[in-house]
Amino acid sequence: MSEHSSNNEYWAANIRLVTICLIIWALVSFGFGIILRPLLSGISVGGTDLGFWFAQQGSIIVFLLLIFFYAWRMNALDRKFGVEEE
Amino acid sequence: MEQYTLNLLVVGATFLLYIGIAIWARAGSTSEFYAAGRGVNPVVNGMATAADWMSAASFISMAGLIAFTGYDNSSFLMGWTGGYVLLALLLAPYLRKFGKFTVPEFIGDRFYSKTARMVAVACLIIASITYVIGQMTGVGVAFSRFLEVENDTGLFIGAAIVFFYAVLGGMKGVTYTQVAQYCVLILAYTVPAIFISLQLTGVALPPLGLFADHAASGMPLLTKLDQVVTDLGFNAYTEHHTNTLNMVLFTLSLMIGTAGLPHVIIRFFTVPKVSDARWSAGWALVFIALLYLTAPAVGAMARLNLMDTIYPGGAQAEPLNYEERPDWMKNWEITGLLKFEDKNGDGRIQFYNDKSESFAATAEAAGWKGSELTVNQDILVLANPEIAALPSWVIALVAAGGLAAALSTAAGLLLAISSAVSHDVVKGTLAPQISEKGELLTARISMAVAIGVATWLGLNPPGFAAQTVALAFGLAAATIFPALMMGIFSTRVNDKGAVAGMLTGLVFTIVYIFVYKGWFFVPGTNQLPDTPDNWIFGISPLSIGAVGAMINFAVANMVSRATDEPPQEIRELVESIRIPRGSKAATADH
Repeated sequence: MSEHSSNNEYWAANIRLVTICLIIWALVSFGFGIILRPLLSGISVGGTDLGFWFAQQGSIIVFLLLIFFYAWRMNALDRKFGVEEE
Repeated sequence: MEQYTLNLLVVGATFLLYIGIAIWARAGSTSEFYAAGRGVNPVVNGMATAADWMSAASFISMAGLIAFTGYDNSSFLMGWTGGYVLLALLLAPYLRKFGKFTVPEFIGDRFYSKTARMVAVACLIIASITYVIGQMTGVGVAFSRFLEVENDTGLFIGAAIVFFYAVLGGMKGVTYTQVAQYCVLILAYTVPAIFISLQLTGVALPPLGLFADHAASGMPLLTKLDQVVTDLGFNAYTEHHTNTLNMVLFTLSLMIGTAGLPHVIIRFFTVPKVSDARWSAGWALVFIALLYLTAPAVGAMARLNLMDTIYPGGAQAEPLNYEERPDWMKNWEITGLLKFEDKNGDGRIQFYNDKSESFAATAEAAGWKGSELTVNQDILVLANPEIAALPSWVIALVAAGGLAAALSTAAGLLLAISSAVSHDVVKGTLAPQISEKGELLTARISMAVAIGVATWLGLNPPGFAAQTVALAFGLAAATIFPALMMGIFSTRVNDKGAVAGMLTGLVFTIVYIFVYKGWFFVPGTNQLPDTPDNWIFGISPLSIGAVGAMINFAVANMVSRATDEPPQEIRELVESIRIPRGSKAATADH
């Protein structure tokens, strides 16, 4: 039973982490890159604005950081809850 | 040395390398054939995934798509990379823990339903076949341009190479040739880009060059480009001109579609552990990003170079005299992908936006009678080294790179198709008692047949061949991705819910595409013209996959709630795939 509730806690922690990562994922691409671009148009980057940078470069860089951050945090969670691979 | 001889030498050397790897990496068991024995290092798998993923479209077409539209086509950049976040967070680690060989197999087991498995097989085959035809025609085009052979001959040579390493080595052979192909294609893509970035901005790294100053004018490169194109009536490069909702949905469809494409997912079955699957998705995106961060720079710089070539004295001065056109234009005129028609008979090349109403008066005053140059956007990357007058070895490298991109993706797709046929259809349904040896032979035969079919379709491309984005990404987004995600994140979705969800997602998406593109893509059978004014809420048929996915999620949940809960052992299966521990045991019974 205790193993069961610990597994539930592990899963809940994973869902929290996934949710945070996906909010950032959507914010940089659909947000800064597309919908919020008019709001960011005052910030200029190399001959254009910040929204253009996010759409063509920034979001890809953030995606990369997100995946490595998730892998690092999850591997730590695996050990914390004792569910890592033998 | 002559350019032709050099092309032949470089392409020939890469082909010998692929054959050498094929002989070294033969598959001896079904586990090796389907999953490379689950012994692939996560970084190596990341590199193979990058080659598997980056097709002729990424290599040849994407920079051209961005060059001619600018910001509006950023969807391809965000969509084709953002899908890896979904893959890493929502699918890859769990499917690796499940420890089987194919995507339909997971759907069949999790939803305890042969029907669900067969629906998944059907979607997989439609999506992958559509995708593979594009690769085969890409091989033909690259061969005919660089090696001066017939299109068909080029296709046969490409098919023979894939046949050799895919039939012999299965996933194992494909994995290690993809690593070699990645190295060839990324060199071929970045080397010319670095040269061009140095020429235009003095900055060696193209992604930084894109936002740097244009050396000749002292202005920021993108400001200069905006000015040059708007002076000729084209839309400003960095501005947004399309429907925002459609751009969001198109980007989302490409993302979900990417995460749901079986040939990408099965690559994550080859790593030893669940934690490796997480890292490996990150490495895959590192290798993909090297090309995807370079592509927008290549697009913008190639566009500026093209405009400068045609208007050497700027947009206000006289354009280029046709007789003085550079050699690269002559080379591409032969292929028909670049055309000049002297509409006003002055012998000069007027290239401008003749669809712009605001620019019409300026054009008329100058005595221009329509734009005289048509440029196929696919030639930009291939012609780039010639436009920038780079050394001939760079041109040979680009030829080898284009072929590597097309062949590596074709092999990955063919593997997904043949393992679905041998493992899901033959072993899973028709002949469950088949031996390990028998299944390995079946897998090899299915692979050989799949290559034969793909070659035939490459020679006689059907109407749907050009619809890779709509069909492959739309179907993967609307059917496969939601089924996989619900299979992992819900214990409540049952067999009936999954089948109902996949079928409604599939039918909705396909019908929306057919209404605009014609039933089964037969020209003239569409009910509504395929233009933005006629799209419902401005949603293009290419963006509908994301809506199909939402319908799939909704229907699957409603039907599941109205019917029986999944049996206890299915809930235990879901609990077990959520936890990394025991991944070795999960694979031991194979």
